[in-house]
Amino acid sequence: MRLRYLSGVVTLAYDVNKCKGCGRCVEVCPHEVFSVENGKAKMVDKDACIECGACMKNCPFDSIRVNAGVGCAAAILASGKKGKVVCGCEDGCC
Amino acid sequence: MGENEQCSCGCSAKNNEKKYYSVSAVGRVSAEAGNINIIPTQWTLRDRIGEIRVRLDMGRMNYAVAPGVYAVGNPDHQSPVLVSANYKLSFDILRRELNGLNVWILVIDSKGVNVWCAAGKGTFGTDELVQRVKMTRLEKIVSTGKLIVPQLGAPGISAHTVQELCGFQVLYGPVRAKDIKKYINAGMKADSMMRRVDFGIIDRLTVSWLELAHAAKAVVVGMLFLVGLSMFMTRIPGLVELKGEIRLLPILFLASVLAGTVLNAVFLPYLPGRAFSFKGGLLGLAACSGIIYFSGQYLPVISYCSLILMGSGISAFLALNFTGASTYTSLSGVKKEIRYSMPVIMIMIFCGVFLEIVHVIRRLL
Repeated sequence: MRLRYLSGVVTLAYDVNKCKGCGRCVEVCPHEVFSVENGKAKMVDKDACIECGACMKNCPFDSIRVNAGVGCAAAILASGKKGKVVCGCEDGCC
Repeated sequence: MGENEQCSCGCSAKNNEKKYYSVSAVGRVSAEAGNINIIPTQWTLRDRIGEIRVRLDMGRMNYAVAPGVYAVGNPDHQSPVLVSANYKLSFDILRRELNGLNVWILVIDSKGVNVWCAAGKGTFGTDELVQRVKMTRLEKIVSTGKLIVPQLGAPGISAHTVQELCGFQVLYGPVRAKDIKKYINAGMKADSMMRRVDFGIIDRLTVSWLELAHAAKAVVVGMLFLVGLSMFMTRIPGLVELKGEIRLLPILFLASVLAGTVLNAVFLPYLPGRAFSFKGGLLGLAACSGIIYFSGQYLPVISYCSLILMGSGISAFLALNFTGASTYTSLSGVKKEIRYSMPVIMIMIFCGVFLEIVHVIRRLL
């Protein structure tokens, strides 16, 4: 059985006009969010995205935007409301 | 997490003085860039003990090998280069899968953290990879101009930037080291199964023990407190009738902790809902109700509600924390879950404690 998290929340955005269909996003995504059809990438399963940022980082045409980070409650709670979520390696959550 | 955001806890400064675990060489190859150690693919007893120790959260943040180039088998200038983090367990798991192959391993300095987590933090990143390629003069060792980077390193590595900066082309290898042989034999091709991250029962169990180890200190303190409290309370004359339920407190606490960590991890795919806290809360409810039922005690409604609220609140909170160990949650998703579940969890625990106090005071009066 495939595990799925909350739907309709991820910040993944993709600009089809910049895409040249190289397929890097398909290659790096650990959750099969993208697929290349007719020379262009297509988001086929946006809700499976974990916002790791691999696709954004590896897109040579800058066509993917995502607010990348770790889906870790301990890190989010520890960083509080003041700002960025930083994974504390001292307590070693991962 | 962006490339420029370093870990704020100051671990990189500390790690500079880190002592590396040595990997005993079985031989040496001389290359133009200097002598390179050939490392074995078999694990020694020391490697095995090391794995058990770090899995139990002992010295996990200091389990690193020295960055640099290592050889497996008898590689030459045409052999593939596999990039690894310098967390010793990552390195060990990789080399164990390389029996019979002739390859180079380029270990980059990920501050002793595994590939996935270090990629998220940016320490397993483009800059470090490019620097390490230049520092080791890799172009003198191989002529292929290619690096095989584990796919889970992709959140930290920009493949086209690496090529721009040092000329090496990045090929993304499989997610799991056990597929590396198949990948190389297929001519550096990964099928979709090799690219996909799952969260099977073995993975879930492995990380849930770590979760339990993290909670261990709080659990021991909580247990001591509750055992002490129940011993103290059962001696108060007015509370003799409550003896049974007071003694349940530490047992229910322990059950809630196990429900929110290990049980939640095991039953994750089979529990209803998507929010971790909801799944954990249900398990806490089931565990606590079950224990109260089988203890054969008759509890007044107020006491029953109190114990259930506290128990499921604790399980829900611990389960929420398991989001970080899972492989399929997003930052936005977890933020949303926290927004909705934390107030509920806090109200549950607060009401539970409040009801218990009311219950005890009513008995005393």
